[in-house]
Amino acid sequence: MNLAIAFILVPLAGALLIPFFKVNGKGIAAFTLLFINALISGYLAVQSLQGDVISFSFPGSYVTGDIPVRIDALSGWFMLIINLVFVTGGFYGLFYMKAYKEQRNNLTLHSIIFLFQHAAIVSVCVIQNSFVFLIAWEILALASFLLIIFEHEHIATLKAGINYLIQAHFSIIFLMIGFIWVASKTGSYDFAAITAYSASIPVSASFMLFIFFFIAFAIKAGFVPFHTWLPYAHPAAPSHVSGMMSGVIIKIGIFGILRMLLVVKTDLTSVGYLILIVSLISGLYGVMLAIIQHNLKKLLAYHSIENIGIIGIGIGIGCIGIGTGNQVLSTLGFAGALLHTLNHSLFKSLLFYTAGNVYQATHTMDIEKLGGLIKKMPQTAALFLIAAIAICGIPPFNGFVSEFIIYTGLYNWLSDATLVSLLAAIFSTAGLALIGGLAMLCFTKAFGVVFLGTARCELPHSCKEVPFLQLLPMYILAGIIILIGLFPMVFIDLLSKPVGLFTGSIPLALNQSQVNAFNAIQPVSLAAWILILLIISIFTIRKFALHHRKIETGPTWGCGYVAPTSKIQYTASSFVRTYSKLFAPFLSMGKHEDEIHGVLPSEGKYHTHPYDEVEKLLIDGPLKLNKSFMSRFLFLNNGKLQFYILYGVLFILAVISLPVIYENIYSFIEFLKQL
Amino acid sequence: MLSVILIVIAAIFFTGIIIRTKSLASGRKGPGILQPIRDVIRLFRKGVVYSETTSFVFQIAPTIYFSSVIMAMLVVPFGQSRGVLSFNGDFIFFAYVLALGKFFSIIAAMDTGSSFEGMGASREALYSMFAEPAFFILMGSLALLSGHTSFHEIFAALHIGSQISYALAALATFVLLMIAMIESSRMPIDDPKTHLELTMIHEVMILDNSGFDLGLIFTAGYLKFAIYGALIVNLFIGVIPFQYAIPSFFAIQFLMAVSIGLIESFMARFRMSHNPQFIVALTSVSLLIFFGVLLILQKFM
Repeated sequence: MNLAIAFILVPLAGALLIPFFKVNGKGIAAFTLLFINALISGYLAVQSLQGDVISFSFPGSYVTGDIPVRIDALSGWFMLIINLVFVTGGFYGLFYMKAYKEQRNNLTLHSIIFLFQHAAIVSVCVIQNSFVFLIAWEILALASFLLIIFEHEHIATLKAGINYLIQAHFSIIFLMIGFIWVASKTGSYDFAAITAYSASIPVSASFMLFIFFFIAFAIKAGFVPFHTWLPYAHPAAPSHVSGMMSGVIIKIGIFGILRMLLVVKTDLTSVGYLILIVSLISGLYGVMLAIIQHNLKKLLAYHSIENIGIIGIGIGIGCIGIGTGNQVLSTLGFAGALLHTLNHSLFKSLLFYTAGNVYQATHTMDIEKLGGLIKKMPQTAALFLIAAIAICGIPPFNGFVSEFIIYTGLYNWLSDATLVSLLAAIFSTAGLALIGGLAMLCFTKAFGVVFLGTARCELPHSCKEVPFLQLLPMYILAGIIILIGLFPMVFIDLLSKPVGLFTGSIPLALNQSQVNAFNAIQPVSLAAWILILLIISIFTIRKFALHHRKIETGPTWGCGYVAPTSKIQYTASSFVRTYSKLFAPFLSMGKHEDEIHGVLPSEGKYHTHPYDEVEKLLIDGPLKLNKSFMSRFLFLNNGKLQFYILYGVLFILAVISLPVIYENIYSFIEFLKQL
Repeated sequence: MLSVILIVIAAIFFTGIIIRTKSLASGRKGPGILQPIRDVIRLFRKGVVYSETTSFVFQIAPTIYFSSVIMAMLVVPFGQSRGVLSFNGDFIFFAYVLALGKFFSIIAAMDTGSSFEGMGASREALYSMFAEPAFFILMGSLALLSGHTSFHEIFAALHIGSQISYALAALATFVLLMIAMIESSRMPIDDPKTHLELTMIHEVMILDNSGFDLGLIFTAGYLKFAIYGALIVNLFIGVIPFQYAIPSFFAIQFLMAVSIGLIESFMARFRMSHNPQFIVALTSVSLLIFFGVLLILQKFM
């Protein structure tokens, strides 16, 4: 409890102190305070992962009631992920933000908000009172908004920020409906009341309740069709913030869904199928759109949607496992989902940081303009390569481990008897395989076009590798990625407590079915070791064999053409052209084309700009309708100040008079009823 | 362990037999059966030429490609004898470790900055993506049929009994054969002997490789073919004792090589734009297998 109070005081102290530091000191002070807070929450999280549930209660106010705080294994797992990403991200940010040194006030705000965001997101993990939960949730939304619009002098950044802010508040509306529903029936804001209430009402009602929570958290997590804020917000934010948004903020949506699975008692089988379907669509749609993006950060943002889909597939089959009493399935599903949550936050934040390095060096994110960066920034390129392999789920790195667990779950599900579940299992498997293949297409494109070949455009700056200290947090992330690939058992053991919360196993030991299910992971790590040893030994043989041979360099084979320019290279668009033709019905691709005419060819042009079909349908369409409806009331908006004051006065009068005439309305309704 | 030895032996002769068949079919005498191996050995002794555009990726890629194929070989069983590595879900590892090799061969092609190799890389990435669901559905069906989730247990438990299962085995053979064709870039997806860079897939990706690296890539290609051949053989030899199984292994591999040679002699390559349709059709065939399995297990009741 004392630690919790200290945890709240640290960001407040930051808010008071940081304005007085010099420009360089602000970042360091903020990072130090962040580190202290990460240590405090990390200490509590580690305790909870060992099996001690830490719970205490703050005496709240008259409005909120008591504020129970509870750190169980699920909170612990997410708190560790959050701390890891925030600490590496904060450290990376220290160097990334150096380019903005002259924006003093902006940096002050950024540093302080960074602390508040961390405090809010950790609080969301532990608070068990819906009223206070909403406050923390709102602080988180506002803090993220302020972090996104750091470069607010760009109109696109501001637009992306406001887009995020509005959609984040849609999430809050759904949360409020859910919470108010329960609170109005039970009179309590405690999460325990939700559990008790949802167990007492019919399943269809509790399913509806869960749907409200699910939509709220799905907006945050970026499930399709609630994902449209994500591809705008991620590219607009500074790179360390986008890394954290993708690594942590969208994961808090996953945390919310998992928490609500524990809190709301409903029919988990149908919930499982719902999540499974939404996740499959998210996974496929996310990666399908990621492939055609030209903006590196936007590509990574769409890829986050894909990975959220993979996590969701794990959660979905986990729920179905609980609902149908298939313990192996539920264990594998939740373990895969939780491990993939960690994995994704590792490789996605690493990818965003490398994108940040690229941006710092080249000042562009348009991959069609980049190329050949591997020669100028070899370390950044190698780090991107590691993360790219990991995100495609390819051994020997961590992405494979979590995808392997989910695959194993799906294949285990095949031993189930009913036709529906068999079909669901086989289509999920095929979907996951297709997602894997598409991810490979996406990242060979991204890596190949950005880092390989030769530069496609003359860049105004000479790009060079970023300083070692800036690379340090990235090396740490890459190290953990490799570590999970080689020693998955260590992390699986850590997972036994959080997974046990869902499957209801014996708290202190893995039960038998879990042991069987996880046995398959041991040989995977063995195989990863053999693979790495094999690669090293063959490479050594190769080196030995080439020792006395002649090694020459020459131009790339050009069919006899000896003056190749960088323009004849395959571009990102040409790399995925066949793909985008095949998948055209699902994609919305704007094109500007001026074909080359005449005997003496004039200048030709070809320009594509990908757009989101779902966004067109769900956001742009309703907005247009709304606009045309609202335009009828434009006469009210006549630009005269005295009228606006009049509207204000009228509104206040109406609000005040409402309780006065309430009795009359009530009696009128009663009167109507008697008729 | 047995499977590794058999696959290596089969790989030595396989490509030679294909080339010999094609020569005979076109009325030539053709090179000896061991000519591909001699070529590879010659390549291993040569020096290398690197393009100025390339980076370290280009130098490590062939090694990783070769290692990934070796790893895939290690998990393939032979009838009752396990692969070197055998665990639940090893076929997932099989598919993904091959994907590692593909990832590196694709980015190595992009590393040269050549428009031809970019073209090949793009096609390779696209086609292998389409082939993946077919393989996973096929293995899912076999897993469902046998009730196991590792190569060894699936194949050991698989026995062909009823008429439906004959049909399924034929379909599964077709799917595996076609995946083998896609993975090893043979007809009807790709023509290894074409002389026009614009119509190549795999060959165009390795235009700039030379010497030891090219030798590794060729060897990996030969092995890959024999690995898929071994998987097909495994469909049929589940419970047969070794004295019959080993000769039938070589017989089937020989048959496969000859039929590939004949197909390549008498058939033209598909149009590039038809390839995706063909590969997606494979997924439907494996779905057909899945429904066949459901029929056998009487899940439609």
